[in-house]
Amino acid sequence: MLLFVCLGFIFSFSILFLHKIVKGKLAWLSALVPLSIFIYFAKFLKRVSDGEVIRSSYNWIPSFGVNLDFVVDGLSLLFVLMISGIGTLVFWYTSSYLKGHQYLDRFYAYLGIFMSAMLGLVLSDNLITLFLFWELTSISSFFLIGFNNESSSSRKSALLALGITGIGGLFLLGAAVILGDISSSYSIAEIMQQSNEVVMSSSYIFITILVFLAAFTKSAQFPFHFWLPGAMKAPTPVSTYLHSATMVKAGIYLILRFSPILGDTYFWNTTLMIVGAITMLYTAFHMLFRTDLKAILAYSTICALGIMTFLTGIGTYEALIAAMVFIVVHALYKASLFLITGIIDHKTGTRDITKLSGLRQGLMPVAIAGFVAASISGGIIPTLGFVGKDLIYESTLHSEYYPYVLTGISILTNALLFYGGFLVGVKPFLGPKKEEYSKIHLPSIRMWLPPAIMVTLGVVFGLAPHLIGDTLVVPGSKILSKTSEAFHIKLWHGFNLIFWLSTLTITVGTVLYFVLKPSHALVKTIEKLEYISPKSIVEKLSLLYKIVSKYWTMLFQNGYLRHYVATYVTFIIILVGFLLYQDPRIVIDYNSLADLTVYEITIIIIMFLSTLFTVFTPSRLAAVASMGIIGFAFCLLYLFYSAPDLAMTQFSVDTLTVILFVLVLYRLPKYLRFSKNYLRIEHGILSSIFGTMITLLILKVLSQPKKTEISDFYAENSYVLAKGKNVVNVILVDFRGTDTLIEITVLIVAAIGVFGLLKLRLKARDKK
Amino acid sequence: MKTLILRTASDILLPVLLLFSVFILFRGHYLPGGGFVGGLIAAIAFVLHAFAYGLKNTRKIIKIHPGFLMPLGLLISFGSAIAPLVAEGLPIMTGLWVPGHFPVIGKIGSALFFDTGVYFVVFGVSLTIIFTISENA
Repeated sequence: MLLFVCLGFIFSFSILFLHKIVKGKLAWLSALVPLSIFIYFAKFLKRVSDGEVIRSSYNWIPSFGVNLDFVVDGLSLLFVLMISGIGTLVFWYTSSYLKGHQYLDRFYAYLGIFMSAMLGLVLSDNLITLFLFWELTSISSFFLIGFNNESSSSRKSALLALGITGIGGLFLLGAAVILGDISSSYSIAEIMQQSNEVVMSSSYIFITILVFLAAFTKSAQFPFHFWLPGAMKAPTPVSTYLHSATMVKAGIYLILRFSPILGDTYFWNTTLMIVGAITMLYTAFHMLFRTDLKAILAYSTICALGIMTFLTGIGTYEALIAAMVFIVVHALYKASLFLITGIIDHKTGTRDITKLSGLRQGLMPVAIAGFVAASISGGIIPTLGFVGKDLIYESTLHSEYYPYVLTGISILTNALLFYGGFLVGVKPFLGPKKEEYSKIHLPSIRMWLPPAIMVTLGVVFGLAPHLIGDTLVVPGSKILSKTSEAFHIKLWHGFNLIFWLSTLTITVGTVLYFVLKPSHALVKTIEKLEYISPKSIVEKLSLLYKIVSKYWTMLFQNGYLRHYVATYVTFIIILVGFLLYQDPRIVIDYNSLADLTVYEITIIIIMFLSTLFTVFTPSRLAAVASMGIIGFAFCLLYLFYSAPDLAMTQFSVDTLTVILFVLVLYRLPKYLRFSKNYLRIEHGILSSIFGTMITLLILKVLSQPKKTEISDFYAENSYVLAKGKNVVNVILVDFRGTDTLIEITVLIVAAIGVFGLLKLRLKARDKK
Repeated sequence: MKTLILRTASDILLPVLLLFSVFILFRGHYLPGGGFVGGLIAAIAFVLHAFAYGLKNTRKIIKIHPGFLMPLGLLISFGSAIAPLVAEGLPIMTGLWVPGHFPVIGKIGSALFFDTGVYFVVFGVSLTIIFTISENA
């Protein structure tokens, strides 16, 4: 299973070598990657519909309880099939949409990474790996949203999306750590067993808030919704993929996954319902004021996400089923509407709803797909949208809290969604034919077939809802609501209350469609209110942050090396001095100290003299040389106290440092006294205090009772576990080898930095 | 500083120091030494040569840019770190050992390769920094 989860990563990596193929005529072959993932996971359908939960585990960092545990159950399989299925269509569509694009290979690479990250996210049973994949989706979506990196607004939106969703990920990490602490496991399945302890624990509210913040930022819930409309700057296939089936649904996935652990409390339910309701109403009304097709779709996406949050908040078995069905409904119609918008944009060069009309001529199959997609979104019988809407009303009517208010809100929102769907999917194709669009003809089959396939599925699933109901939705919901009750999703329930509510919705939606005319005047009205929107508030705050951090940086980093050193030293003096002041007792057991030998006294005298010489010498070279003497004196001290490793390293480092200094200083101008006398005195005092303090600190350390557990462990185990007798080296290459690995990486970065800076300077000088 | 004494000395010292650095690297697991010191000593050997003959001649005898040793070393270290995961399915950084005892080196295991990577990185980094600075100063 690991192979199929990581197939996207492998694919992206292989593009390094295969970029010519991916850019050329065979670009459509890349759709085979998601397709093979789809086929592999589709094989699990039978077992999952029988209620089985398939697990697959790979050790990663078992000592921290971090493993690549993948779980296939109804919920995760539903998401996996959507991610890979819609992924296949998006990959296919892109090969035509971005045909001949200069960076098509990069695009596919980002898309592949993103897809794998999404798969990992929904399949992970381990909270830490879940977090990793979560952040990976944020990072890869940053590259996708900012794909047109030459436009500044595109870069800005990408940064905004990364900022909001990335910070959300940190909240998730916080929640994961606390949960892991309470239940002493990072496995979601194991934590679920202990959900009672989690709910009763004192940090329950805290965990829940963190999970909510993570989910709301990712799924663009109010007041974090503003990154999503901005993300529409991305190429249309990206918007399709991110906003229909993947990225934004990750937040919904998270709260669904956590609902058996944290759910079923007053706080959980009401918060989700309130946030969901505000989001869906707020954005549904926003939709009325938009003329850009993609902007309308963006707001209707947030609105749909609001409905999902809202349904999860109701939290009953029915509501969870409704939420999961609605996830499928939304994925199908939203992806097709986005793809259709892409075709319109591609063919006419505009997405302005007030300009588009009469496109049915020439684009007939697209127009039909648009109509069906709008019907799914509006919930017209016999599509899956109708089934979804029925389930929503059923769960709001049966809710414990204010059933009539909730139903009213849902009807209003659904009517507005109906309006939005028809605006995008139907309106551009109706009306009089325009002169400038007369030459439009049908695009490549790779562009119009994907939306057609999706809307067909929308109708098929509507006629036979058990196809997804019995296989995925019901088994998934059973686990989430810890029940074994059977549930059959049906298209037709007869002429009951819910049917009439549904009819009411469609009627209101139709009236809205005919009465309201989108216009630029409306767009202007809403822009006047922009200054109080959450987006502009965040932008102002980030501007303030920029200004403050600039002053802060200038205060401490003014470019003078001596200033930097003085700052560090002062800071450490204050910090350590305060601690020493709090507990100034120093007890030294003079009996345990060894006698001073002649060698040691000699070395100390040498060190002292060369220190004085370094400070007062008028020659720069002499200062460096005497610094070297201090270094070598240290080596000798290390040798006396039986640390030959340290001595060797110190010796080599000192040699190289002196050489480096000499190389640089050799060419510098004459040694002049730049600094003023009072500054020299000030620095002298500072250094003396620092030296005294370090001495006191060491004495303090000596007066503590010795704790040798760690060194004992290394001494005992270095031969047993790591087959080495040199404990220092064994620690470096084995026990703490990961540290070393990171340290050598830092070394390389530093070397590249030096190389780059000096070479660049050299080039600039050559130009002059 | 192109004195005859220094040149003659560095002619002999360069191979000796290089051998010594490798020796230090190999004995690191049992006695004082290791990749870090070894790399530094190797770098010093070439710096000494550069002092005696000038940088251009030193570059000639190294043939490749010392900067290339950095990724090479990182690759060796990283490879030895993930080798247990790839080969045996064990967590990364687990020690893998070849059975048996070898003269001078002792036991051969992934830790030795890790240290060799460190050796190359330190070697490459020191020389890159020193060469760049002395070229531009």
